[in-house]
Amino acid sequence: MRWAAAWSDVLNMLCPMHVMLDAQGIIRNLGPTLGKLRADRPMLGQPFLDRFDLVQPSSAEIAPDLSDLHGRKIRLRFADHPQTALKGQVVLAPAAGGTIVNLAFGISILEAVQDYALTSADFAATDPTTEMLFLVEAKSAAMEASRRLNLRLEGARIAAEEQAYTDTLTGLKNRRALDLVLARLVEARVPFGMMHVDLDHFKSVNDTLGHGAGDHVLQHVARVMIDVTRRDDTVARIGGDEFVLVFEGLTNRKRLSSIADRLIDRLQAPIPYGAQICRVSCSVGTVLSIDYATPEIARMFDDADVALYASKNAGRARHTPYSHTLRGDQALRPI
Amino acid sequence: MHGLINAAIQSFVSHTYGRSKWVRVMQRADMEFTDFEAMLIYEDDDTRRVLDAAAGELGRPRAEVLEDLGTYLVSNPNVESLRRLLRFGGVTYVEFLHSLDELPDRARLAVSDLDLPALELHDHGDAQFNLICHPGIPGYGSVMLGILRAMADDYGALAILDHITRPDRAEEISISLVEASFSEGRSFQLGARTG
Repeated sequence: MRWAAAWSDVLNMLCPMHVMLDAQGIIRNLGPTLGKLRADRPMLGQPFLDRFDLVQPSSAEIAPDLSDLHGRKIRLRFADHPQTALKGQVVLAPAAGGTIVNLAFGISILEAVQDYALTSADFAATDPTTEMLFLVEAKSAAMEASRRLNLRLEGARIAAEEQAYTDTLTGLKNRRALDLVLARLVEARVPFGMMHVDLDHFKSVNDTLGHGAGDHVLQHVARVMIDVTRRDDTVARIGGDEFVLVFEGLTNRKRLSSIADRLIDRLQAPIPYGAQICRVSCSVGTVLSIDYATPEIARMFDDADVALYASKNAGRARHTPYSHTLRGDQALRPI
Repeated sequence: MHGLINAAIQSFVSHTYGRSKWVRVMQRADMEFTDFEAMLIYEDDDTRRVLDAAAGELGRPRAEVLEDLGTYLVSNPNVESLRRLLRFGGVTYVEFLHSLDELPDRARLAVSDLDLPALELHDHGDAQFNLICHPGIPGYGSVMLGILRAMADDYGALAILDHITRPDRAEEISISLVEASFSEGRSFQLGARTG
């Protein structure tokens, strides 16, 4: 049997990853790219099935020259390392003197170009592999740029959200944040205590010493409130000099009372502002979620308000736990 | 204008002349921010203002700054990915030149809303070429001049390039290839070492 040299030349150019097998399944010619993959262990003159493991169909079933696979698509890999996966098509070519198997990388191409340092010249001129690799690389770069943009936007979103739930003057939570905390506690049926706090004499600080002093006092008050509460408690500023403290899981009347007393005590200490001294105190009304069959936030706010004004009416700088009896004094409550 | 183009200008100015220079360019251009996002679209006028400001701040003609930008895009390791994408165009410098016709399509494949002006290569034989850069991005021809110079080095080719003024709004570059393999050039393998 003689190999037509012309066939080899044509196939080397058009199919740089083909092999030609003789009737015994010996490799009689192979394309330059395939040759490059095993430059250190030449395949010419060796049995095809010694150098490649058939994956599909398995080699047990077929003739050494693959002649019974005419027209079929096969999956295989190199027998030695790296065991790059390949796919191929088998064609019987009696005029060329045997079987032609045209191989390609398939999905293993991304690893293969690295493992074998392939260049565009290793692929046939019409092979779209180079374009595909271009596309993979270009898309990865574009995807990476998009990913970075997403990360930056996510950071900005978190910052904006944080800001939307924060009282900018004091750094405390705002009304919106408080509503979410309360809704969560009610929903999860977590018992809690809630204090409504209103500063005493704050208006006169503002009127006599100016808004700068007022802001300074509010910031001081915020620090004191953070000090006397636990880390997981919520401290919110819901109005000019109005605050709400939420004590998650804490419904012990005595403990809440002592927290309120400590708060009042500390807020009554003089607050230096430049050369001036500001003096405020606070009135507190407290409600407990466990006092309600089903806690309703609006109702609890209303009751805390009643308790707060009981404190105000009793002479300020004091703490009043809510009870139904307070409702009887409602006539005394200033509008 | 696509943010990629603005981000390329930013990368060039801040890596070549320093971050503070870039901040001054943006102030001079009356922009309200300092960093462009590569994946957002900006007003065309923003790019014009930034380029004018950059030329003013650097005290150099705009065309010169743009040509340096083109060189930077190919030769600086910060933007290695662009050089690689261009090298996919061909195995030799001549093949690369011929691939320029499809550069806008390649760009669109990568980033679908990136619109680059059409390029038209005329091969006059005897290693003489002309590249016509169609209008669309003012100064595109100057950037391409820098890119073509740097790519010649990259391929190890020796070429003489000239920017030709045309009566219409298109720009033209003449390319005279003196020696295809003048030096070794930089290597290019299909498999990127990243990832």
